[in-house]
Amino acid sequence: MIVEAREVSRSYGSTVALREANLSVAAGEVVAIMGPSGSGKSTLLHCLAGIFTPDSGEVWFDGRRLDTLDDGRRSELRRTAFGFVFQFGQLVPELTAADNVMLPLLLGRTRRKHAERRAAEWLERLELADLGGRRTGELSGGQAQRVAIARALVTRPRVVFADEPTGALDTLTGEHVMDLLVGLAREEGATVIVVTHDARVAACADREVVVRDGRVFDPYATGAMR
Amino acid sequence: MTVPLALLGLLEREPSHGYDLKRDYDTFFGRGRPLPFGQVYSTLGRLARDGKVTGQSEPGDGPDRKRYAITPLGRQEVATWLTEPVAAEPYLQTVLFTKVVLALMLGRDAAGYLDAQRATHMRRMRELTEVKRGGSLTDALLADHAMFHLEADLRWIDVTQARLGALAEMVRAS
Ligand SMILES: Nc1ncnc2c1ncn2[C@@H]1O[C@H](COP(=O)(O)OP(=O)(O)OP(=O)(O)O)[C@@H](O)[C@H]1O
Ligand SMILES: [Mg+2]
Repeated sequence: MIVEAREVSRSYGSTVALREANLSVAAGEVVAIMGPSGSGKSTLLHCLAGIFTPDSGEVWFDGRRLDTLDDGRRSELRRTAFGFVFQFGQLVPELTAADNVMLPLLLGRTRRKHAERRAAEWLERLELADLGGRRTGELSGGQAQRVAIARALVTRPRVVFADEPTGALDTLTGEHVMDLLVGLAREEGATVIVVTHDARVAACADREVVVRDGRVFDPYATGAMR
Repeated sequence: MTVPLALLGLLEREPSHGYDLKRDYDTFFGRGRPLPFGQVYSTLGRLARDGKVTGQSEPGDGPDRKRYAITPLGRQEVATWLTEPVAAEPYLQTVLFTKVVLALMLGRDAAGYLDAQRATHMRRMRELTEVKRGGSLTDALLADHAMFHLEADLRWIDVTQARLGALAEMVRAS
């Protein structure tokens, strides 16, 4: 297992968002997290990615406890081993597409020349070769999400965490974005964990789990059929 | 397709006459299309022939002097049907709805059934996604049509799952 939540609980004040949630994801797997609004999907994703620490339970990444690492080591791990794609708001609108894609490399002290080359390569893989110089604030929703995917993958992450990556897109655009995300992640051997309420998006994954009232229900686990 | 199972399920609640069965069927499952008496009696006849119900004659005359009761074999059939997800195809409204209402009526695990059905639908969605990846545009468009129907079912499954408590109360109160 590359990513694992064991009996993870997390509350916000008196609101219990996760109740002893369990999830195991194998390396290279693409897993969709589905479930009603407010059921705890994003909270689970943030716990798995080390953005939140759980109140109780354990989070494991590649054989290491993630939730007990100190903040510095945890953000280091996020920067080097994880990629993130959210519904919106992660790109810097005043910067060009190429600069946005380069950003995580520059933060990781990659030399600028090298970062430029890598960014151009990734923009091309996302069919954005002509738009590298465009400010991302001026892109369509689908184009912006493809820039976000390039930015998530440019550091060669082991795991990509995506929260409603197609939430603001129409069916065909969303499908295109998902095809690129899942296709490229598979080429790179990256694991993908994607939160979505959209069955079409979830159907791009190898399997789905359903979060209901803070608990994870795995319909394919043995003995899950009640 | 669902009529014999629905009648069996109603009989599992309590033994009834054909007339009462028809009335209950129309109330819960008729949706403006009442079941003809002829179909009620021919269905009961076949179920009796197959050993799934017994018809106990009572004094008096007319077609309604028989009181029907479910047999262990009939009970088994209902139990199996209510746990089995149906193949994921478009236009499942009637059968999905009937399974849920009947399961609630009989105190069975309607939520478990909905989970299983959801997983079956998602499996089919993944197969169709594969078809689209490898296929021609016509394959893709046909797969899309099927997927939109499955998505509609999936939304219905989620909404019903969320309202199962209220539906159970309503069904048990009737
Ligand atoms: N920052 C916060 N402060 C207080 N409560 C929160 C916070 N974030 C989430 N919650 C609550 O925790 C629960 C789970 O929220 P979460 O965002 O994980 O749900 P979700 O499944 O991602 O929902 P959606 O599909 O609407 O995005 C909800 O009841 C929500 O109101
Ligand atoms: Mg969320």
